[in-house]
Amino acid sequence: MHGRVKIKSTAQQEEEKRKEKEKKLKAFVSARDAVLKKRSAGEHDEEALQLTRQLLSSNPDFATLWNYRREVLLHLETLREKDEVQKLYESELHFIEACLKVNPKSYGCWHHRTWVNTRLPQPDWTRELGLCDRCLSLDERNFHCWDYRRVVVKASGVSVEQELQFTDRLIGSNFSNYSSWHYRSTLLPQLHPQPAPDSAPNTSPSPTTSPQFHSHRVCEEQLLKEYELSHNAFFTDPNDQSAWFYYRWLLGRGVCVCVCLELLCICEDTSAHPMLCVCVCVYVCVCVCVCVCVAEREEMISCVYVSREGERVSVAFSKPVHAQSEGLMLVLDGQPQQVEWRSTHPRLRHSPVWLCDLPPGSISDMSNEHNLTIHWTEKHTHRDCALYTGCAESWCRDSATNLELFRSELSVEKSSVLQAELQSCNQLLELEPQNKWCLLTIILLMRALDPLGHEKETLAHFQTLKEVDPMRSTYYSDLCSKFLIENTILKMEYAEVRVFSLSNKNLTTLCHLDQLLFVTHINLSSNQLLRLPPHFAMLQCLEVLEADDNAIENLEGLYHLPKLEEVSLRNNQICKLSDLESLASCTKLTRLDLRGNPVHRTAHIESELSQLLPRVTALSL
Amino acid sequence: MARISQIEGNFQFRERSQWWSVTMLSVCVHFPGLTESVIAAACSRVGQSVLHLDRRNYYAGNWASFTFNGLLSWIEQYKQEVPITELEQVWRSLIDEGEDAVPLSALDSSISNLEVFCYARLHEVSEPKEDQHTSDISEPSQSQEEKESQLSSSPADPTVEVQKKITYQKLVKEGRRFNIDLVSKLMYSRGALVDLLIKSNVSRYAEFKNIGRILTYRNGKVEQVPCSRADVFASKQLTVVEKRMLMKFLTFCLDFEQHPEEYQDYTEKPFREFLKNKKLTENLQHFILHSIAMVTQHTLTEEGLKATQHFLRCLGRYGNTPFLFPLYGLGEIPQCFCRMCAVFGGIYCLRHSVECLVVDKVSNKVKAVIDTRGQRISCSHFVVEDSYIRDEQRQSTAYRQISRAVLITDRSVLPSESDQQISMVTIPPLESSAPAVRMVELCSSSMTCMPGTYLVHLTCSSSGKAQEDLAPVISQLFHVSTIPGEEPSEVLWVMYFNMRDTSALDSSSYSLPSNVHVCTGPDDSLCSDYSIKLAESVFHHILPDEEFCPPAPNPEDIIYDGDGPQAKGPGFDESTNTECLESSQE
Repeated sequence: MHGRVKIKSTAQQEEEKRKEKEKKLKAFVSARDAVLKKRSAGEHDEEALQLTRQLLSSNPDFATLWNYRREVLLHLETLREKDEVQKLYESELHFIEACLKVNPKSYGCWHHRTWVNTRLPQPDWTRELGLCDRCLSLDERNFHCWDYRRVVVKASGVSVEQELQFTDRLIGSNFSNYSSWHYRSTLLPQLHPQPAPDSAPNTSPSPTTSPQFHSHRVCEEQLLKEYELSHNAFFTDPNDQSAWFYYRWLLGRGVCVCVCLELLCICEDTSAHPMLCVCVCVYVCVCVCVCVCVAEREEMISCVYVSREGERVSVAFSKPVHAQSEGLMLVLDGQPQQVEWRSTHPRLRHSPVWLCDLPPGSISDMSNEHNLTIHWTEKHTHRDCALYTGCAESWCRDSATNLELFRSELSVEKSSVLQAELQSCNQLLELEPQNKWCLLTIILLMRALDPLGHEKETLAHFQTLKEVDPMRSTYYSDLCSKFLIENTILKMEYAEVRVFSLSNKNLTTLCHLDQLLFVTHINLSSNQLLRLPPHFAMLQCLEVLEADDNAIENLEGLYHLPKLEEVSLRNNQICKLSDLESLASCTKLTRLDLRGNPVHRTAHIESELSQLLPRVTALSL
Repeated sequence: MARISQIEGNFQFRERSQWWSVTMLSVCVHFPGLTESVIAAACSRVGQSVLHLDRRNYYAGNWASFTFNGLLSWIEQYKQEVPITELEQVWRSLIDEGEDAVPLSALDSSISNLEVFCYARLHEVSEPKEDQHTSDISEPSQSQEEKESQLSSSPADPTVEVQKKITYQKLVKEGRRFNIDLVSKLMYSRGALVDLLIKSNVSRYAEFKNIGRILTYRNGKVEQVPCSRADVFASKQLTVVEKRMLMKFLTFCLDFEQHPEEYQDYTEKPFREFLKNKKLTENLQHFILHSIAMVTQHTLTEEGLKATQHFLRCLGRYGNTPFLFPLYGLGEIPQCFCRMCAVFGGIYCLRHSVECLVVDKVSNKVKAVIDTRGQRISCSHFVVEDSYIRDEQRQSTAYRQISRAVLITDRSVLPSESDQQISMVTIPPLESSAPAVRMVELCSSSMTCMPGTYLVHLTCSSSGKAQEDLAPVISQLFHVSTIPGEEPSEVLWVMYFNMRDTSALDSSSYSLPSNVHVCTGPDDSLCSDYSIKLAESVFHHILPDEEFCPPAPNPEDIIYDGDGPQAKGPGFDESTNTECLESSQE
């Protein structure tokens, strides 16, 4: 065909590109070598700036060059007038801007920019804010820019109000943006703090609420607005997580504070923000949440239990502690005692329950009355316990019911707000019956409002959740187990019995075991438990354990349970004799049922067992 | 226009004899609107020699865009236009034996019912007595003469004035800042035009701006239509439940084909009923029907769903609305294609038109055309706009009409934080018999009007004269002072006209040789897809084996033959004694 425009073939173009690349590489390498040579020679001159400039403008991630540049700039700074220094650094800012265009996520660039602004005699913060805004409008999740922006805001003293408007704007243009929501959650408590709770009668004996606790709360009026904002987001797109997390954080102000605080404790990092913690909580499995409810209380000794028979004292704390380093002191009848504290299981270094043995004979006489005090010197708190004549044991404690461990302390107004939120979520659920975020939030709201009253609905929602989100079914099962255990503890305490029965509930995990310190009979039959974890050893009063028809293969937790007499483990997955070794530490164990376990196939099992557990008289295999 | 004429300067127009000795002219395009420009560019791109003729002194015909002053002279031209005396004797002599002549129409009758009203005060008035002095042309008592004088808009006319900050004088003075399109369309960000611009690399010749918001007129006021996710989130008019319903419905529309069970009972029923059945609230039905699907009450469900789907697929590609608008006006687009055509050797000639076609009696094909200067130019295909076809060559003369209004206002129809947004406003029929009106409000940063003003285009399919169709809508949406001077008017200047809509016609509507390709003018739809599809089909008719607008190579990838100067372009070799016919630059 004639008359056509002739164009270069792809091969020709590629050849040209290749040559171009080669040339560039050569130039880059030689310039780099020159710069490094200059640096080792300690030359700090304009030429160095020029050379590093060329290199960095094509590769802004070369950290060594930025360092060298800073050295040069610091040197030049000493030689020049103030005006010239200003100019020098201003041109540096322009240069960084060009580098950011090459790579807007270059660590080196952003760091250098922060540094330059600290050196600049008269920094122009407005311009820097403008730069951040431009950058964020191109990529609203550029965390380098967010970080830098925080520095700028702090340095230039932008008002919190303006910043809140800034998040308004970003969320308005795209609400799938954690960064903005999270930023908002840090601003609101500053701008609309909750009024100090002084007016509310606080019956708690030690109102030593940590300061960060309240500084994270938002006043109710603003909360309502924020609820509305998140409604708008999750009604528009219920599958977007960011708004749900924010919503959980908002609710957390009233409900899940324990979660946040607990995580704060665990991270031991006060900079970790509650909202972040909530996010973590959703992903990190239940083991993080195990102690959630303990943490809501002040740090205190929640329970002291003493038994004459074993001459043993058990102390429960509101959160897992390391007793040896906490300055615990035991005073018996006015006499400080030298005792050895140990956790209930050697694998638990931090534990909410600690034990100690009293000197032999100190309390064994039934006719004596004893007064016991545990001092927690580090926290300036203590707890007394009196052992009266004729009593074999005694305790002093705050029950889960009294402390409302499993729901937060809600005022009437607050629970009506929560009720309204529950209604909104139910409305959304009607439209989106398959939405996991909505289901989960409803469950949490129901728990906050009335855990026992909503138990049936909660279970049904968990069932749906497992179906619509099978990837996380184990998480939901664990969470559901936790809620069921909480409910059972509540019921048990209302009934004032020491029998804990939770059979046939599809339990997959055990938690809140520190609340079961006094339980004598426990029935866990027909669940899906895989193990009796080390925490199980906290059940110091346990006499009878029924755990038939589970899938238990590990009995670690049956460790030094002084009163355990009878264990039934029919139809489980105990395979090896060694799995039963921990039972040997339970000195009172006489009845053991192991029917339907693979272990019966082991050779000489009966003789081996009688050797391992000589006290067991009634053994079923 | 400046761009094109620059390129033109690089071409030499040869006299007929030389022409022939060099190459055979493949395609002659007459009256370049959008369709014709695209065909010309596509032909030129694959190496066909293209001659582009236009009897006007501006590009793009009815697709043109004018400065305010240019528009005023266009109006004047419209008023004065008289048939040019035919040079029949001249061309008769050029017809050989065995040939027939088919004369073309010299009169363009595609524009009608043109009327202009000015509400802006003529001068800055210092004396208060002149404020009371009114002479608005909309006064019924006004004589035709006065009206004429207004239309010709002589700036010396002291009678036109209304209390306004921006005066008529100022509009004229700043007239160059205006780019007023005769056709008002937007570009769907995934429509045929945008795809073509990208595919062919023609997009490099233009810049675009996002339409910032979509508005609608409802219950007597203008409000924003929540169409994107961000809009729905931010909307204050919708309850949260409505938000969910809307998002759910829109998500369904995105892939409605996957869920036939949802709509199969409604395939024969109107979309409107389907929406009702979906239990959408009144609010939502209005938004979806009029502003998102932009269909009528009678449109069938599937078509409505498709329209909604198209709208949604276009969202988010370049911004939060589905539309783009070219800076400097829609008239840029035909020019961009003209430029591409010229880059690949197309020749342009303004104020130069074809008198008649020379048809070979045996093959019944056009073999040449005779221009207004009595030259015979051979060609193998002839592409022409419908308005050049005489009634004798038509099988049917039934057209539809488009009603248009162009307004210059001094404030937005819905003022918001940003005064630099392009807004698209859908106005459902005010009465059941009236047509739905589409309005586009352009801000000055779209480079179509002077700062401080808005250029507003209204378009609907006509049921009568443009003024009858659109004046009621304008009076609903804007303060137009009926008694000038009493109340300040938002509207500074209005022009109404009807444009012929020939889009319903096809090749069977004309009795013409098979190598004459008639392109219909702009249609009344919101986008230009119709014209692009037409161009593609004409192109494939002319060159069945060629690719339609393949990507243009980068300038650095073009290989130039030895000593051949670059700008000559392909298809026209060096020839020693060429005589410059005429360079049509102004």
